[in-house]
Amino acid sequence: MNKATFYGAGFPYRDFGKLSGKLIVLEGTDGVGRSTQVKMLRRWLEDEGYAVSDTGLTRSELTSAGLEAAKSGHTLGPITMSLFYAADFADRLENLIIPALQAGFVVLSDRYFYSAVARDSLRGVNRVWAKELYGIALKPDLILYMKASIPSLVSRLIHGRGLNYWEAGMDLHIADNFYDSFVQYQTMILEQFDIMSEEYNFLTVNADQTPEKIFEDLKKPILELLHNRLTKGKKPK
Amino acid sequence: MLRKNDTKGKLIVVEGIDGSGKSTQIDLLYKWLLGAGYSVYFSEWNSSALVKSTTRAAKKTKTFTPTTFSILHCTDFADRWENSIYPLLKAGVIVLADRYAFTAFARDVARGVDPQWVRSMYSFAIMPDAALYFRVPLGVAVERITGARASLKYYEAGMDLGLSENINESFELFQGRILNEYDKMVDEFGLTMIDGTKPVKEQQKRVRSIIKKILVGFDGLPNPNRMPISVTNIQAAKAKKGGSK
Repeated sequence: MNKATFYGAGFPYRDFGKLSGKLIVLEGTDGVGRSTQVKMLRRWLEDEGYAVSDTGLTRSELTSAGLEAAKSGHTLGPITMSLFYAADFADRLENLIIPALQAGFVVLSDRYFYSAVARDSLRGVNRVWAKELYGIALKPDLILYMKASIPSLVSRLIHGRGLNYWEAGMDLHIADNFYDSFVQYQTMILEQFDIMSEEYNFLTVNADQTPEKIFEDLKKPILELLHNRLTKGKKPK
Repeated sequence: MLRKNDTKGKLIVVEGIDGSGKSTQIDLLYKWLLGAGYSVYFSEWNSSALVKSTTRAAKKTKTFTPTTFSILHCTDFADRWENSIYPLLKAGVIVLADRYAFTAFARDVARGVDPQWVRSMYSFAIMPDAALYFRVPLGVAVERITGARASLKYYEAGMDLGLSENINESFELFQGRILNEYDKMVDEFGLTMIDGTKPVKEQQKRVRSIIKKILVGFDGLPNPNRMPISVTNIQAAKAKKGGSK
């Protein structure tokens, strides 16, 4: 049982009490295979008998409509975009993630706010400002960073769902074609992740491996985390 | 926490609790400045078209928490800031804002968010050249609002805080908290206090004399035909691109 701890002030008007669940975050750039792993982890954890809840970026009912509209119209400035995502994040955190943790769920979060900070910083948003904005964020119990090299990302996307406008950072106008833009943009994103990896204590997993091997590498730290909890919970009175 | 004005333009904002009479005053000021030949732009709190659909939906279903309420209002502000207020200030326009960051500092903190957090969130904005705070005692404001309006709205009355089951009572308690936050900001930000109980004309006289001083030696963007500026003057290219709906 943990008292909720936040990066900053959190939600000072609410006392969430003890959170008996665990928040596990999967981070990593586009095309790294996060959602595949979330699915596999969920099935595995449920087989092990844990109640699991998964949540992704921009899923909140509150802002999903607005965000989609904004993306298709290209009308948002970088600060506005950043705040829209933050509103969505806050909504999910307060209304979905924390209640699930209170109820003892293992919450698998497909991304957290780190991706948003990385993306926003590259669009001219002040990093310190973005970090302070996310002072509302709950500190996860585990942050698993799936790190892949650019060539393996390119290969995975080209043989998979393809390169998309946003993932290639085409809005930054750094190159005249999707491939060059993607390579340059994702290289910058990886640099941002490297900085945050130290700042926020990410646990890096080599995502250049096969999905099965990545899965095994992700399971290890999760087992450790959950077993610690189990032994604690089983302590005789 | 707010940046210094680094633009050619001038930023003038009015603040105060509901019923303080600030909107009347800024409207008079707007017409006066326009008539005097300045390029003037008026921006209103919570008016960005893009954010509106979201805030409207959330208000209807009452799904706001103090934090999402706060961030979405800042999103609305940021949209106006990035798309109109800041570029126009850069161009040398006088921008008038009916409510500004101080509204968020007062209201959101009254709702319980962290004062430093909300100040930091708005730190991309600049400190106005004039921040006029129209102060009226709580009783006067409440009487003006409840007398003039058929019914109070849920969030306006702070019903989400559970201060009272009675909407009028909740409104009064909530506005009292906001008033308290405003009063604290007078020193913190150097707000110029104006007595909102004085006759409209007298207040306007005071407002104009303050603004005149700010405009000494100011030559902004010319406006030979005394035309107002609307959002479409700034965002014409954007609208063409396909709209946001």
